[in-house]
Amino acid sequence: MGPFIEVVLGGLLAGVLYSLVALGFVLIFKASGVFNFAQGAMVLFAALSLVRLMGDDVGMGHYVGAAAATGLAAGFLVLMGWRRARPQTPMPAQARWTVLIALAALGSALAALHGAKGWSGWVAVPAAAAIMGFLAVAIERLVLRPLVNQEPIILFMSTIGIAFFIDGFAQTIWGSEIYTLDLGIPKDPMFLLESAFEGGILVNQLDIFAAVMAGVLVVVLAVFFQKTRIGRALRAVADDHQAAQSVGIPLNQIWIIVWTVAGFVALAAGIVWGSKLGVQFSIAQVALKALPVLILGGLTSVPGAIIGGLMIGTGEKLAEVYLSPFIGGGIENWFAYVLALFVLLFRPQGLFGERIIERI
Amino acid sequence: MIYREAGQFKTTYRADQAVFPILQDRVALLLILLGAYVGIPMFASEYLVVAILIPFLILSMAAIGLNILVGYCGQISLGTGGFMAVGAYAAYNFALRVPELNLIVVFLLAGGATALVGILFGIPSLRIKGFYLAVATLAAQFFLDWLFSRVQWFTNYTPSGSVAAPPIRIFGYYFGSPAERYLLALLLVTIVALVAKNLVRGRIGRSWMAIRDMDIAAEIIGIRPMFAKLSAFAVSSFIIGISGALWAFLHLGAWEPLAFDINRSFNLLFMIIIGGLGSILGCFLGAAFITMVPIALNQIPAMLGVPISTATASHLELMIFGALIVFFLIAEPHGLARLWAVGKQKLRLWPFPH
Repeated sequence: MGPFIEVVLGGLLAGVLYSLVALGFVLIFKASGVFNFAQGAMVLFAALSLVRLMGDDVGMGHYVGAAAATGLAAGFLVLMGWRRARPQTPMPAQARWTVLIALAALGSALAALHGAKGWSGWVAVPAAAAIMGFLAVAIERLVLRPLVNQEPIILFMSTIGIAFFIDGFAQTIWGSEIYTLDLGIPKDPMFLLESAFEGGILVNQLDIFAAVMAGVLVVVLAVFFQKTRIGRALRAVADDHQAAQSVGIPLNQIWIIVWTVAGFVALAAGIVWGSKLGVQFSIAQVALKALPVLILGGLTSVPGAIIGGLMIGTGEKLAEVYLSPFIGGGIENWFAYVLALFVLLFRPQGLFGERIIERI
Repeated sequence: MIYREAGQFKTTYRADQAVFPILQDRVALLLILLGAYVGIPMFASEYLVVAILIPFLILSMAAIGLNILVGYCGQISLGTGGFMAVGAYAAYNFALRVPELNLIVVFLLAGGATALVGILFGIPSLRIKGFYLAVATLAAQFFLDWLFSRVQWFTNYTPSGSVAAPPIRIFGYYFGSPAERYLLALLLVTIVALVAKNLVRGRIGRSWMAIRDMDIAAEIIGIRPMFAKLSAFAVSSFIIGISGALWAFLHLGAWEPLAFDINRSFNLLFMIIIGGLGSILGCFLGAAFITMVPIALNQIPAMLGVPISTATASHLELMIFGALIVFFLIAEPHGLARLWAVGKQKLRLWPFPH
C-alpha cells in the first residue's frame, strides 16, 4: 500500500506543476479566446530573466542593461496606468520628466544594489514581474491589436510565432546555458506518515511548496475574478466581446491585464520549474505537457486546469510504474495525450469546460 | 492589360469547367513546367537542387496534403510530422521486406498505410472540434514519435535507430544524381497537385468545404459528416504519407525518428497559413517561403561579414522567423495566395487607369 500511495502522491504533486502552466493558458483563453501557445515560452522567459537578474557570473554592464530594462518596463506600466486613471487630462510635460528621472534613479539604484553579486530574490522577482508586464503590453500592441477580429486559427498561429520570437529573444539576451535558480525554497526530500506505513512516503519539499503556491494562486485568481471590478470586466469580456465593448469595457486594456496576469502565472511556474529542473531551454517544452491538462479540464475552466493537472499527473505516474514494464519506457511523452483523448471522446468540451452549444 | 480575359469565350461546358479557365494562366503554367522539367535540370547547380529545390517540392506536397485537411475541411491537425514518419517508415519496411516491389508501388503502399493511420486518428474528429481537436492530434504526433523510436521492428533492429533508404531504382533505372531525383520528385508533385486541384473542385471537395464552413448546416443539407471528415483525413494522410516517404528516400537518405518531430508539424502548418488556407497555389508559395527564409537568414550575417557565434545566430534566426510569421499574419491573414489574387485583379487593368 505504501508504494502505491507514494506513486499517487508523487503524481498529484507533479500534476500541480502542470496545472501551473495550464492556468496561464486558461486565463488568456477565457478572456480573449486566444489559444496562447506562447505560454511555455513565457515561462522560459520569466525564469531566465529572474535567474539572470539574480546571477553573479556576468559583467556589470549586463546588469546596468537589466536595470535599465526593468526601469523602462516599470515606467511604461506606470505611464499606462496613468493614462487609464486619467483618460481625459493630458499628461503634463513636467510629469513625464519627473517619471523619467524617477525611473533613472530607480534603475541606477537597482544597478548599484546589484553590485557584483546579483540582486536578491526580493528585488529580482518584482523586476521579472515588471518585465513580464512589459511583454504583455508589447504583445497586445504589436500583435493582438492589429489582428483583432481575425479567425481563431490565425491568432493561434500568431502565438506560435510569438513563441518562436520569445524563445530566441530570451536566449539571445540572457544566454542559453543551464542556470540553477535558488530562491531559498527547500528542496530536500522528506518522509510523511512514517507512523502509518513502514518507511513512510517520500516526497520532495519543493513539490509541496509548488502545491501550496498553486492553491494560493487559484484562490487569489478566484477572488480577483469574482470580487473585483476588473474581474467582473474580465468575465464580461469572456462571455461576449461585442456585448462587453458596447457597455463600455475597454477591450485593449482588458487584454493587457489578462496577458500580464498570465505573465505573472508564467513567472510562478518558472520559479517552480526552474528550481526543480534548472533554468534551461527545455522549460519551454513544459507547455506541451500542459496542453493535455488543458483540454482534459476544459479550455475555459480554472478549477478544471487544476483538477486536469492532478488527473494527468497521477495517470502518468501510475502508467509509468505499472504499465511501462509491459510496453516499453518513455511513454510519458504521449500517455497524457491519449488519456485526454479518451476523456474527450465522452465529453468533447473537457471535464469542466462550458458546454458547446451550436446553432445554425 | 496583362490579365485581360476579354475575348476568351467559353463555348462548351468542358471549357467552362476547365481547371485554368484563363489563357494567360495556362501559358504561364506551361512555361513554369517547361522551366521546371527542362531548364532546371540542365542549368541549376547541384547545391540549388539538393538543398532547396528537392526539399521545396516534397514539402509542397506535404503542404497540399495538410491543406486538404486544414484549409478545405477545417480540421486543424498538429500531427503532420507523425504522419510523414508513418509514410517514411512504411516505405522503408515495404522496400526492405518485399524487395521485388516496384518503388512507385512502395510509395503508394506507404501512402495507403498512412491513410489508414490517419483515419484511425481522425475518428475523434467526429466528436471533438476546434482547438480540442488540434491538441488531440498532438496525441498522434507524440505516439507515433514514440512508436518509431521504441519499437525496434520498424527500424529493423538497427542499434542506433537510424535507418537508410535503399537505392532508388524504378523499372531498372537507377535514380542516382540530384537532377534525376529532382525530376522524380517533380513528377510526383505535379501529379499530386493536379489530383488535389481536381478533388477540391469536385463533389467531395465541396462537401469538405461545407463541413469546414459549418458542419451542422452541412449535415442538414445531406452531407455525411463522417464520410466527409474521414475521407479528408484519408486523402490528406495519403498525400502526407507519400511525401514522408519521398522526404526520407529522396532528400534525407538516412534518417531517424527525430527528422519527423513536432517542429516539422509546425513548419508545415506555417506553410499553409502563410501560403493561404484552402488554396493549392498557396501550398507552393508557403513551402517556398518557409524553405527559403532559414537559408536566407543563414546567409545574411556571412554576407554582411558580421561575426556571430552559431548559438546566437540560431537564436536570432528563431526571433526573425517568429517575427516574420507574425508580420505576415498581420499583413495578409489570408496568405500569399490572396496577395497573388489581388495582384491578378490589379494586372487586369494595369497600366491603364480604367
